[in-house]
Amino acid sequence: MAEKLKLQEVEVWDGNMAFAQAMRQAQIDVVAAYPITPSTPTVHGYAKFLSDGYIDGEFVLVESEHAAMSGCVGAAAAGGRVATATSSQGFALMVEVLYQAAGMRLPIVLALVNRALASPLNVNGDHSDMYLGRDAGWIMIDAFNAQEAYDLMLMGFKIAEDLSVRLPVMINQDGFITSHTAQNVRPLQDEEAYEFIGEYQSVNPMLDFSHPVTYGAQTEEDWHFEFKARQHKALMDSKACIQEVFESFKTVTAREYNIVESYEMDDAQIAIVALGSTVESAVFAARKLREEGIKAGVVAPRLLRPFPYEAIKDALKDVKAIATLDRSSPGGALGMLYNEISAALYQGDNRPIINNYIYGLGGRDMTQENIMEIFRDIKKNADAGKLVTPLQQFSGLRGPKLSFF
Amino acid sequence: MDYLGWDQVEAGAVLPSFDEVKGDIALLKQAERDYAPTNSYTASVADWRVFKPVFNRDLCIDCQNCWVFCPDTAIIAVDKKMVGIDYEHCKGCGVCVDVCPTNQKSLLMFDENEDNDRALQNWPEKIKKEK
Repeated sequence: MAEKLKLQEVEVWDGNMAFAQAMRQAQIDVVAAYPITPSTPTVHGYAKFLSDGYIDGEFVLVESEHAAMSGCVGAAAAGGRVATATSSQGFALMVEVLYQAAGMRLPIVLALVNRALASPLNVNGDHSDMYLGRDAGWIMIDAFNAQEAYDLMLMGFKIAEDLSVRLPVMINQDGFITSHTAQNVRPLQDEEAYEFIGEYQSVNPMLDFSHPVTYGAQTEEDWHFEFKARQHKALMDSKACIQEVFESFKTVTAREYNIVESYEMDDAQIAIVALGSTVESAVFAARKLREEGIKAGVVAPRLLRPFPYEAIKDALKDVKAIATLDRSSPGGALGMLYNEISAALYQGDNRPIINNYIYGLGGRDMTQENIMEIFRDIKKNADAGKLVTPLQQFSGLRGPKLSFF
Repeated sequence: MDYLGWDQVEAGAVLPSFDEVKGDIALLKQAERDYAPTNSYTASVADWRVFKPVFNRDLCIDCQNCWVFCPDTAIIAVDKKMVGIDYEHCKGCGVCVDVCPTNQKSLLMFDENEDNDRALQNWPEKIKKEK
């Protein structure tokens, strides 16, 4: 058994260190990783723990992110606890293998530090890579700060490996804003963390020679549809397990997580829906506006996939106007959050006016002033009872105002 | 083969090779193994074939060359004796005929629609070596 690391009650960690410490405590069998900004310090930190004797598992040096995820798929199919970390272009290179991991129902955990996709080349944070992975069949969970990155990473293993789920999980955090800024983080001690995650249970491991199995076989029209339906059902049903894991984590740490987080929503008339570190800025902006008597609130889906339609509908059941904030280049459509939030509310009794804001691409700052401007914008819609501002706008963009519809 | 519904297929598209493994599978002959219904052994790929190999027992010397070189284990050999062709898995590549060392060849390619008995009756003569 590897050596234990004595942690303080409160540690000062950045988001990458939070990821690396959680991965160390999970005692992973195999990590196959390739470094890429801004997630490099996650695997760097992990490798350091390994070389210092705090980890028993294997660290596989590979020649690309495609190989990294391929190595993870092989190791997970062989029957081990497996994780890796990446960002941006590396994640894009992994995409082909992400579908293999989900299709084979391998409980791999991916620490994704969100960053813009080229071109133009940019190492700073936005959610382009997160959005790229959204149809890959992975459970996607979003952390808004370093503490949450640590907590959710631990919970990620427990969720992925639950026998009712058995799906790969990716934990997202914002590049640089979260990954490179140090904060107070309250960790669990090593034994407590490992006990929370639990021992790994393998299912159909390839190294069980007395029960030979084939992984990733060609199925064509004879079988493909049935396997995909089964996979989709497992993903849709995983919400129950995720909720359970959040609750059991609360009993251990008293820290509460929900599949949809709501802030200042009790009497809110207007609301912002956002992801990542922007959520915390939006909460501050909402509180400032409340001093002016504007009833503003914030809703943030903690869970991106499976998308929590019912919980979103519940969180937004009383608001009059909503701004959905997408930190990804829209690619010829309204943003993903706009589409999903609209879908969640369209069948409900409350049909608020919904706007879409594209912001913060390539690491552009999202200030409280920007967010308050958006709140004031949608308040016009709420007061008029109809759409009086453009449906899609770009926030914080230089040059003439850019809007659509 | 009966098709299973989405709630019956193995999660992760994992295909078990055998329904039940009794002892060491390596010691069981291919034909005696208890294959799982999803195993590719139970699925035919015969419709890939345009030309088929026909096996002539009278000329065969049981050298096992065809068995070794067949890319899809479509040669049936029992206890190192050639028995014939597994026409459910043979794709008609012709490698077995290529590697067959006898003269006359004990394996030859015929049109897929040719009757096997007729093919054996019309087996080509021994090739005379040119000096």
